[in-house]
Amino acid sequence: MPAVSKGDGMRGLAVFISDIRNCKSKEAEIKRINKELANIRSKFKGDKALDGYSKKKYVCKLLFIFLLGHDIDFGHMEAVNLLSSNRYTEKQIGYLFISVLVNSNSELIRLINNAIKNDLASRNPTFMGLALHCIANVGSREMAEAFAGEVPKILVAGDTMDSVKQSAALCLLRLYRTSPDLVPMGDWTSRVVHLLNDQHLGVVTAATSLITTLAQKNPEEFKTSVSLAVSRLSRIVTSASTDLQDYTYYFVPAPWLSVKLLRLLQCYPPPEDPAVRGRLTECLETILNKAQEPPKSKKVQHSNAKNAVLFEAISLIIHHDSEPNLLVRACNQLGQFLQHRETNLRYLALESMCTLASSEFSHEAVKTHIDTVINALKTERDVSVRQRAVDLLYAMCDRSNAQQIVAEMLSYLETADYSIREEIVLKVAILAEKYAVDYAWYVDTILNLIRIAGDYVSEEVWYRVIQIVINRDDVQGYAAKTVFEALQAPACHENLVKVGGYILGEFGNLIAGDPRSSPLVQFNLLHSKFHLCSVPTRALLLSTYIKFVNLFPEVKTTIQDVLRSDSQLKNADVELQQRAVEYLRLSTVASTDILATVLEEMPPFPERESSILAKLKKKKGPSTVTDLEDTKRERSVDVNGGPEPAPASTSAASTPSPSADLLGLGAAPAAPAGPPPSSGGGLLVDVFSDSASAVAPLAPGSEDNFARFVCKNNGVLFENQLLQIGLKSEFRQNLGRMFIFYGNKTSTQFLNFTPTLICPDDLQSRLNLQTKPVDPTVDGGAQVQQVVNIECVSDFTEAPVLNIQFRYGGTFQNVSVQLPITLNKFFQPTEMSSQDFFQRWKQLSNPQQEVQNIFKAKHPMDTEITKAKIIGFGSALLEEVDPNPANFVGAGIIHTKTTQIGCLLRLEPNLQAQMYRLTLRTSKETVSQRLCELLSQQF
Amino acid sequence: MPLLRLPRRETEREVTGERAEGAAQCLPCLSHFPSSSSSCCPQIRFILIQNRAGKTRLAKWYMQFDDDEKQKLIEEVHAVVTVRDAKHTNFVEFRNFKIIYRRYAGLYFCICVDVNDNNLAYLEAIHNFVEVLNEYFHNVCELDLVFNFYKVYTVVDEMFLAGEIRETSQTKVLKQLLMLQSLE
Repeated sequence: MPAVSKGDGMRGLAVFISDIRNCKSKEAEIKRINKELANIRSKFKGDKALDGYSKKKYVCKLLFIFLLGHDIDFGHMEAVNLLSSNRYTEKQIGYLFISVLVNSNSELIRLINNAIKNDLASRNPTFMGLALHCIANVGSREMAEAFAGEVPKILVAGDTMDSVKQSAALCLLRLYRTSPDLVPMGDWTSRVVHLLNDQHLGVVTAATSLITTLAQKNPEEFKTSVSLAVSRLSRIVTSASTDLQDYTYYFVPAPWLSVKLLRLLQCYPPPEDPAVRGRLTECLETILNKAQEPPKSKKVQHSNAKNAVLFEAISLIIHHDSEPNLLVRACNQLGQFLQHRETNLRYLALESMCTLASSEFSHEAVKTHIDTVINALKTERDVSVRQRAVDLLYAMCDRSNAQQIVAEMLSYLETADYSIREEIVLKVAILAEKYAVDYAWYVDTILNLIRIAGDYVSEEVWYRVIQIVINRDDVQGYAAKTVFEALQAPACHENLVKVGGYILGEFGNLIAGDPRSSPLVQFNLLHSKFHLCSVPTRALLLSTYIKFVNLFPEVKTTIQDVLRSDSQLKNADVELQQRAVEYLRLSTVASTDILATVLEEMPPFPERESSILAKLKKKKGPSTVTDLEDTKRERSVDVNGGPEPAPASTSAASTPSPSADLLGLGAAPAAPAGPPPSSGGGLLVDVFSDSASAVAPLAPGSEDNFARFVCKNNGVLFENQLLQIGLKSEFRQNLGRMFIFYGNKTSTQFLNFTPTLICPDDLQSRLNLQTKPVDPTVDGGAQVQQVVNIECVSDFTEAPVLNIQFRYGGTFQNVSVQLPITLNKFFQPTEMSSQDFFQRWKQLSNPQQEVQNIFKAKHPMDTEITKAKIIGFGSALLEEVDPNPANFVGAGIIHTKTTQIGCLLRLEPNLQAQMYRLTLRTSKETVSQRLCELLSQQF
Repeated sequence: MPLLRLPRRETEREVTGERAEGAAQCLPCLSHFPSSSSSCCPQIRFILIQNRAGKTRLAKWYMQFDDDEKQKLIEEVHAVVTVRDAKHTNFVEFRNFKIIYRRYAGLYFCICVDVNDNNLAYLEAIHNFVEVLNEYFHNVCELDLVFNFYKVYTVVDEMFLAGEIRETSQTKVLKQLLMLQSLE
């Protein structure tokens, strides 16, 4: 028997628990429980009023029964009664019962809230603590309504005890999470920030969580927390290992608080104030230095606590991505961990290095560890560690090491765990394509993939190899030869038959000259596989055969015989039968010319995002690797300043498969691509109507995204773990059309999916937007499209807001982003001579017509990028106009429905000062103003 | 030296118990609860203490789940952690999240957090919690958690609240617990 503390003496409870534990069977247990429930019921119903102790004991028994997994349908009232007891133990059991068996019975909620109110007002710190914990545990909307005003007061009141403050901070955090609308910011916010300075480190620990969450939603309002967090962190990391007494854990000063402060700092960019920034850099350096010091204890707790802080510091360094020195040091530190004897550390080092690989500053440093990572792939015992090694190899891959990495991944694939094979296949396929210098290597790699892991090669992978072979004539002959050889293997994977069938059907003629691969040999080879294949593959092969009829007239009769056989013409499968009949007929009646036209070589596929990349994204869902891939791309775009390489918004859903292109296989339609035709059609939503529900504040980072669209029309506007919003737009004169793609990144349906366009009052009369509602359900992994027709009535400044609301797995999601419809989209470029330009420039010399801005360069000052941006902005770029060749001038006309406004612009870079001067002259002041604002953000 | 010692009798009965076998099965679960580092979600989604047979000794939920979902999560967590050995990491990917866990004698202490959260910080938060339990119950064992389940909730609330770490100082937590004990 355990040592049940003597003091609390709930002997009846201990006996009951022992009885239950001694039950030999489930039936005996149920019997014992029913007996107890009957007993408790009779006590509660009995005439004799129960004393507090008995009530506590019975409520506690009920709770125990509930936790065993049985339903409890009474006793709530007694539990509520306990709340108003003056004894701590009785109150505690009451609150515990309420917290565990949350009940939405409105009558009880009123009573519970009343009891909580009394305890909050009691000035008894123990009772206040119990009440706050109850609110934090239940966190219902009713509670938020009742206490969202009171809790902040308790939190910032001068006379509140420290332990109550801790509870109040986290209680408020809970209320803010459940009902942010009920927790208005107020006077208390600035005082909350100052809790970072509190003497009691427990208060700081609790408050930091609260501030971090609030700062994520309201970064401006909590900006001051940055410097306070830095100085608090600095005091902790520089303290001696015993300074913080209670808060030192195995010789590490306040590790959890340090981690939280470092996370808070990750809500913000690097501090602007040089002093704060310097101090933070010092802190980070100190943390990195400490990692090199000999450990103060051999205990794993010591090293774990120390490394928890170290890893969080590295996350911050990566988040800032601005100090090359720190990034490289972080990378070296992680490099040491890669060979550490603790599996945990090796795992975390691989994971963390994966994000470092995407920084331009540390990418090279990460690459030096390639051999260690490859070794990890071969030797690690824990599959999750090997998985991280695969991720890291993928992240560090570039042109210089692609061949080695792909080869290693392929060889690992032979023994890889089944759970991660498909993902590795996708990664190999992507890398092979991305870094293929030599397309023969690419074809070999993919065929190897099919050979090694054919079952895990998804359709997207073999579609892609066909797309590429068709689009590159230099590799077609090699591809035909290689698939022909691969097909010789006695047992080859069906996916290989598909690729082989398709490629020989298109390019078999390129190897037909060799008697070893004459048309008849090719045909016989393929046909030897035919009967072992599934229906879709056989259908594909039938198409190959009819293509052979066109390519090689000498095998026509052989093929006609095959088509004519009963097993084809009378095949039970409708699709196969139909093909056999039609192809046979076609080969008989059509003239050579018609045959040649119908069966012409496939035209090149339009360039689009790799269908495999889309697949990997879909598969990985909201995982880090996917995000990485995106950030990497985004960054490279930023660095080069060039136009986005491919509209990233397309996904598998919008990429028709090549097999559909060729065969029209009647495969399932590629995911619902758009809204179903709604009743009546042409039903325009009133896009300007006020939305009934509250609109979310703009998503963090949406302004950056917005700015990126000023000079381009396609790309990803918004992305979080659940949802991706892509845009494609086109503009002509004063009209435009925007395609918005909403991609569900999860595997769960979005319900009540409602995007709404909101124009501020003033904008409504200036910009005309029309759209149709989209289907309210978005399936997991699917993408829906919405078209917005745009008309610019007169010049405008603000941007419309796109608000999206939907339900995901029971939670309500609300996202708002600015839609990048900006005035410059309605630009038409105008070419003119130097003379014309300066003549017009002078005509627009009225001071209201000119707006000038002098600003610091935010990006490297590269002439070509600048030119591309000015062209992307919409104006013509006029060469040899400005006497100073370093300057850029542009001209264009803004088209609105009411007027046309001529615009001239001049951009003067100053390389020494890293500054620009931008001047805009237009016939309308507001236009000059707005265009200057928009263009200034771009450099 | 394990902090929690496990009475022999206990293991035998529970490993052979009917329910224990049922609980060890993994049910496929299709639904995902919302994942993101976004601020609407607590850092800790839940804390579970389970024994090797899959019996729950403590379940603390920081998000709304219905009872079926809770049961499913409990079973899934048990299935993923019990197959791992000392050569494995203390972290397991779990749906869109991760479980940070550590085993003490026959008990698994598991914390479910967001994939971006700091693994080692939560791993040591578990240990910190276990040391407090050990001190409070004077060499804690599994049965202490069974018979004093209502006190364990108090310990949890002192150290973790609203899915966040509330207090990390063992001295402060124990002082508060002793003070509360004295009120009984």
